[in-house]
Amino acid sequence: MNPINHRVSLALAGTLTLALSACSLSSGEPSSSPASTAAGSTQGTPSSGHAKGTVVLVTHDSFVAPKKTLEAFTKQTGYQVEVRKNGDAGELTNKLVLTKDSPLGDAVFGIDNTFASRAVDAGVLSDHTPTNPPAGMAPFALPDPKAARQLTPVDYGDVCVNIDDRWFAKKGINPPKTLDDLTKPAYKNLFVTPGAATSSPGLAFLLATIGKYGEQGWQDYWKKLMANGTRITQGWSDAYSVDFSGGEGKGSRPIVLSYASSPPFTIPKGGDKPTTSALLDTCFRQIEYAGVLKGAKNPAGAAALVDFLVSPTFQKTVPDNMYVYPVNDSVSLPPLWAKWAKVAKHPFTVAPKKIAKDRRAWLEQWSEIATG
Amino acid sequence: MMATSETERDGLVVRDASVRFGTTSAVDHVHLALRSGDVLAVLGPSGCGKSTLLRAIAGLEVLDSGSVVFDGQDLAGVPTYRRGFALMFQDGQLFTHQSVAGNVGYALRLQGIGRSRLRRRVRELLELVGLPGYEDRRPATLSGGEQQRVALARSLAAEPRLLLLDEPLSALDRSLRERLANDLRRILTETKTTTLLVTHDHDEAFTVADRMAVMRAGQLVQDGPTVEVWRNPADADVARFLGYATVLTGPAAIRLLSLSGGRRSAGPDPAQPQVNTPDAGTSEGLQVAVRRSAVRVDPAGELGGVVESVSAARDTMRITVEVEGLGALAGVAGLDERFETGQRVRLTVDPAGLAVLPPR
Amino acid sequence: MGLALVPVVFLAIFFVLPVAGMVGRGLQSDGAWDLGGIGEVLGRGRTLRILWFTLWMALAGTAFTTVLGLPVAYTLYRLSLPGRRLLRALVVMPFVLPTVVVGVAFRTLLAAGGPLGFLGLDGSWAAILAALVFFNLAVVVRTVGGVWEGLDPRAEESAAALGASPWRVFRTVTLPALTPAITSAATIVFLFCSTAFGVVLTLGGLRYGTIETEIYILTTQFLDLRAAAVLSIVQLLAVVAILFVAGAARTHRERAMPRTSLLSGLRRPHRGDLTALALTGLVLVFVALPLVTLVARSLQVGDGWGLANYRNLGTTGSGDALVVPVWTALDNSWRTAVDATLIAVVLGLIVSIIVSRRARSAWGRRVIATMDGVFMVPLGISAVTVGFGFLITLNRPPLDLRTSAVLVPIAQAMVALPLVVRTLVPVLRSIDDRLRQAAAALGASPLRAVLTVDVPIVWRPLLAATGFAFAVSLGEFGATSFLARPDRPTLPVVIYGLISRPGAENFGMALAASVILSAVTVALMGLVERLRVGSMGSF
Repeated sequence: MNPINHRVSLALAGTLTLALSACSLSSGEPSSSPASTAAGSTQGTPSSGHAKGTVVLVTHDSFVAPKKTLEAFTKQTGYQVEVRKNGDAGELTNKLVLTKDSPLGDAVFGIDNTFASRAVDAGVLSDHTPTNPPAGMAPFALPDPKAARQLTPVDYGDVCVNIDDRWFAKKGINPPKTLDDLTKPAYKNLFVTPGAATSSPGLAFLLATIGKYGEQGWQDYWKKLMANGTRITQGWSDAYSVDFSGGEGKGSRPIVLSYASSPPFTIPKGGDKPTTSALLDTCFRQIEYAGVLKGAKNPAGAAALVDFLVSPTFQKTVPDNMYVYPVNDSVSLPPLWAKWAKVAKHPFTVAPKKIAKDRRAWLEQWSEIATG
Repeated sequence: MMATSETERDGLVVRDASVRFGTTSAVDHVHLALRSGDVLAVLGPSGCGKSTLLRAIAGLEVLDSGSVVFDGQDLAGVPTYRRGFALMFQDGQLFTHQSVAGNVGYALRLQGIGRSRLRRRVRELLELVGLPGYEDRRPATLSGGEQQRVALARSLAAEPRLLLLDEPLSALDRSLRERLANDLRRILTETKTTTLLVTHDHDEAFTVADRMAVMRAGQLVQDGPTVEVWRNPADADVARFLGYATVLTGPAAIRLLSLSGGRRSAGPDPAQPQVNTPDAGTSEGLQVAVRRSAVRVDPAGELGGVVESVSAARDTMRITVEVEGLGALAGVAGLDERFETGQRVRLTVDPAGLAVLPPR
Repeated sequence: MGLALVPVVFLAIFFVLPVAGMVGRGLQSDGAWDLGGIGEVLGRGRTLRILWFTLWMALAGTAFTTVLGLPVAYTLYRLSLPGRRLLRALVVMPFVLPTVVVGVAFRTLLAAGGPLGFLGLDGSWAAILAALVFFNLAVVVRTVGGVWEGLDPRAEESAAALGASPWRVFRTVTLPALTPAITSAATIVFLFCSTAFGVVLTLGGLRYGTIETEIYILTTQFLDLRAAAVLSIVQLLAVVAILFVAGAARTHRERAMPRTSLLSGLRRPHRGDLTALALTGLVLVFVALPLVTLVARSLQVGDGWGLANYRNLGTTGSGDALVVPVWTALDNSWRTAVDATLIAVVLGLIVSIIVSRRARSAWGRRVIATMDGVFMVPLGISAVTVGFGFLITLNRPPLDLRTSAVLVPIAQAMVALPLVVRTLVPVLRSIDDRLRQAAAALGASPLRAVLTVDVPIVWRPLLAATGFAFAVSLGEFGATSFLARPDRPTLPVVIYGLISRPGAENFGMALAASVILSAVTVALMGLVERLRVGSMGSF
C-alpha cells in the first residue's frame, strides 16, 4: 500500500510518543529538584539552602553518604548536593577525561592513587587544597606537588589477602602469612582473587605484588601463583560471596583477596570474634581523593564540598558506609574496627606516576599470565 | 472505438495509463471509458495486467503515466478512501473479527449513519444478495459463495460511484459461479451500479457485463459492447480466449466460409461492421474462428470427416472431427448419440458461430 | 512518510550520535582522522583471539538456544498442558534477571562444592554457553511459540493425510511456516549472545574475553579509545552482516498466510509428543535450577532458614548500603518500565507498520529492508560505547540530557524496541494487504483501515510484545546502571549495589530482591498470558 496513506496513523503515533515522554511517570516526578537526597533538611533553613544553589558531586558507584550527613553540609554552607555515580574508579576517571570540555559536575570524589596521575595529567581538575587540612592527612597526599594541589585525600583502604580462620583451624593447617606463602604447595587451590583487569581490588593486589617483587619479578611470582591453582574471578563480590569459604557463599576456598576492613563483617550472630582475618603483610593501600573539577559551574560550592569531605562530620561516616578508613586520624573508628580491622603498618606501594605510565603494559602482561 | 467515450464527462475515463514494475509494464498505455450505470468487464488471461489496471483505478497503484478521471475529475493524488469506490476481491477479504452485519454495515458506519437506518439498510442488502437473516453470523462460518455475497453486499452498501470487482466469482465452483453471475447481473442492474469487473472467464463477462475490454500483455487489444466483441474478436488469440474452439487459417478458412455459405452477415446484429467474404487474393492471411457450438453432427451436413476424440460434457457430447481439407474441427453432438474414434460423420456449420478475423 | 521520522530521529539522537561520537573520538587525533590504527589494532593477536571467541560463542549460543527452544515452544504453545501459562511465564524469568544475579546463581550451582560442582564446569566456556542459553531461551520460545500457536493446523493435517510422517510434516509444512519467526528469534539471540557481558565476565573468570568485555576494559580501564573504536566498528559491521543475512532469509518467507480462524489449535498431547515433552521437561529443569537455588539461598539466614532477608527489604541494608529501600527501588523500576514500554511499543508499532509494507519500487524495498535492520543494530553494539557516547555527545543544549531521568527509559526502550518490532512484523506481514485495501476502497481512512484490519489481529501479539518489553525494562541493568540517577535507582541497580558490599545481610537481601524481581516478572507475564487467552474466542 502506498505509504503516504499512513501519514495520519503515523502522525497520531508520533504525537502519542511526544505526549508520553512529556507526561511520563518517571520524569513527571517532583524530584526534578536536584538534591532529593539532601532536600529533606532544608525545610528547617529555608531560604539560605536554595539561595546558594547546588553542588554536583561526581563519584563512583561505591559512594555512600547518610542523608543526614549531606543535610548537615547543606545546613553549614547553604549548598545542596546532587550525587552522580559513574562506575568504578577507573570508569569515573576516564569519563572525567572524556568530558573535560563540559564537565559532569562540580566536584569529584573517588579518584584513587592508581588513577590520580591520569586525571591530573589530563587536566580535569582545578587547584584546591582544604582550608583546614585535618590532622594525619599529610602522609596520604600525592607525591607530585601539582597533583597534591589538586587532589585531597579523603579516605584509604588496605586491600589484603583474607583467610578463613575457622577453615584452617578445622583442617589443622597453619594459615599463610605472606605473599610468598600463597605459592606454596600447602595452599594449592585455596586462593581466589578478582582479576586485575576488571576489578579495582584486583588491580591493587597486582600492584602489591609489583611493589613487593619489583617490575622484573612480579611476573614470575604470578606464574607460580597460577601454577598453584589460584582462581581468578571477575569482581570482588564473586570471589568473596561465591568462592570464599568464609563468605556468604560458603565456597570452597579459604583464602581470598579482600580488604583489611572485611573481618568485622564475619562476626557471627551472637559471637564476638570474626571468623576471618586479614594478612597485613600482603596489603596495597588504595587512597581515594576528592577535587574540584575544571570548568565547574559552582567552583565555590565544589571547594566547600571538598573541605566538607575531610571534616570530621563526613570522615566519621566513611567506615560504616564505604568500609574505608578516614584520613583524619582524630576521628575515632567504630569499636569493632578498632579491634578487628587493623590497617597494615607497611603496605606495599607503587608510585602513582609509575602506575599511570605502566598500568596498561602490566595489565596486558598480567592477562597473558593469569587468564591467557 | 474510444473516440466517443473519451469526450464524456460522465463516468470513468482512463487515458494512456501505464504501470511499470521495474522493467516490465503491467499496464501499457491503456485507454478505457465506462459510462455511468454501465458494467464493463476487463477480460484477459492471468498476468495480463487487468488486476493492476483495476488497482490503479482504485488508487492502490501509482500510475507511471496517464490519468484516471471520474466524472471529469482527475483522481491523481486522491487516496483510495476518498475516491468513493468500492473494491471486492476474489476471496472476499471479509473482516473476520466482525459479524456479517458488521461487515456489510462497515461503509455505512464510516458515513456515520444512524443505528436503525443502518440496521434496515443491512437487512435490505442481505436480502438483495440472497442472505436474509445472516446478520449475526461470523464470516468463518459461511461457505465461499456466501462469503462472496456478503462481500458484495458490503461493497454495495456505500452506494459506490464505481464498483470494482476483482475476479469476484473465480474462487467458487462452477454451478455456484453461474448462479451468482446471474444474481450479480440482476443486482447491478437493479442498483444501477457503475461497475468494472475484472475476470478471466468470458462466460462470466458475458453474463454480467454490458461492455467488454480484452487485455493482453498489459495492452488493451479490444473493447466494445459485449456482444460485438464476442462476435468479432480482434485476432486469433482473442478469439480463442473468448471461447472459439478452432481458428482456421488461409485456404481452410476460405473453404469453411464457402461451405457455410459465407453468410456471416446474417448474424442477429445488423449494425456490426460488415464481414466481407474474402476473395482469393487475401486468403493468405485470412482467419476464421469457429465456436464449438456452431459445429454440429448432422447426417445432412455439408462437411465430412473422421472422429478423432469424444468426451461427454454437461449437456452435450464434445467431439473433434478431422475434416478433409480443413483440419481438426471441434463440435458438439446430442448426448444420446454414440460415436467411436475413426467413425465417419457429417457436420453442419452454423454461420452465426463463425467469426472472420480482421486481416493482420 | 513525515512522522515515520519519529523513530528515525529517536535512533539518530540516542544511538547513532553517541556511537559516532565515540568512534570519532577514537579515530581522530588532533582533529584529523587517523585510520592507521585500525590495522594495528586488528593485527594484535589478542584482538583476533577475542573476535574468534566472540563469534563462535555467539553462534554456539544461538544454535543451542534455538534447538532447545523449539520443542519448548511446541509444548507450551501447541499442546494443551495443565499449567502451561505458568510455565510460559517461568521461561521468561531468566531473561529479566540481572546478570549479576544469574552469575551468582550459576556459580553457586557450578562452583566446586555446589550442587553441580561435580560437573567441573565452573569457569569453563561450557558454563558461559549454558548461561547464554538460560538467558535467551525466552526469546525463542515466545517469538516462535506465538506464531506456532496461530498456525492453521489444517496444513499439517493435510500433509499427514497425504502420508507424511510427523517428522516430515514438521520439516515440510511446519518449519517453513515458522522460519520467519525462527530467523527473527535467532537473530536477536545472536545479537544478545555476541554482546553478552556480565555473564561472560562472571562465568568465564576472565579467561574468555569477548568483543564486548574487551571494549569495556579498553574504555573504562585503559582509555584506549582507538582500540575500542576499532572493535566497535567490527561489531557494527558484524551486526550489519548478520542482519543482512537474516533479512534476506526472512523476506523470502514472510508473506500472507492463513491463520486459524477457529478456536485455538491446542490439542491434547499424545505419544508422538513424548520427545518434545521430555526435552521440554529437561529444559524447564535447567531453567528452574538456578532459580530454585536463588530462592533457597534467599531463605537462608545464618545457618538456618527464615524470612529475615525479605523483612530487610524495607530497610536500606546493613551500613546503609542503599539510598532507598528495595521497595522504593521496585517502585522506581516499575515507573521507569512503564515509560520505557510505552516508548518501545509506540515506536515499535510505527516501525513495524512501515517495515511490513510492501514497497513497489526496488528503491522503496531497499529503504524498508534497511529500516527493518537498523532498529536491530543497537542490540549488537556495546552498551559501553553507547553509554560513554551519551556523555560526550548529549552534553550541550538542546540535547543536554546526560543527567536527565528521561535517558533511563529511553535506553531501556532501545533494548526493548527490536523485540517489539520482531514480534509484530511477522504478524503484520502475514496480514493480507488486500484486507486493508478493501477497507480503504470502502472509504476507510488509513487510520481507520488499520483499526479495522490490523488492530484486531495484532493486538494479541502486541500485548505479548508489551509484556516482553516491560520485562526487559524491569530487568535491564547495563545501560540503566550507566544512567540511573543515584537517588532513583531501579531494582537491578539496587541488587547490584547490595551484592557488591560485604555483609551476609546485604547478600541475603540481594537474593531476596532478585526473587521479588523474578516474581513480579512472572506475575506480569502470567497476566499477559491470561489476557491473551481470554480473548481467543473473539478472534
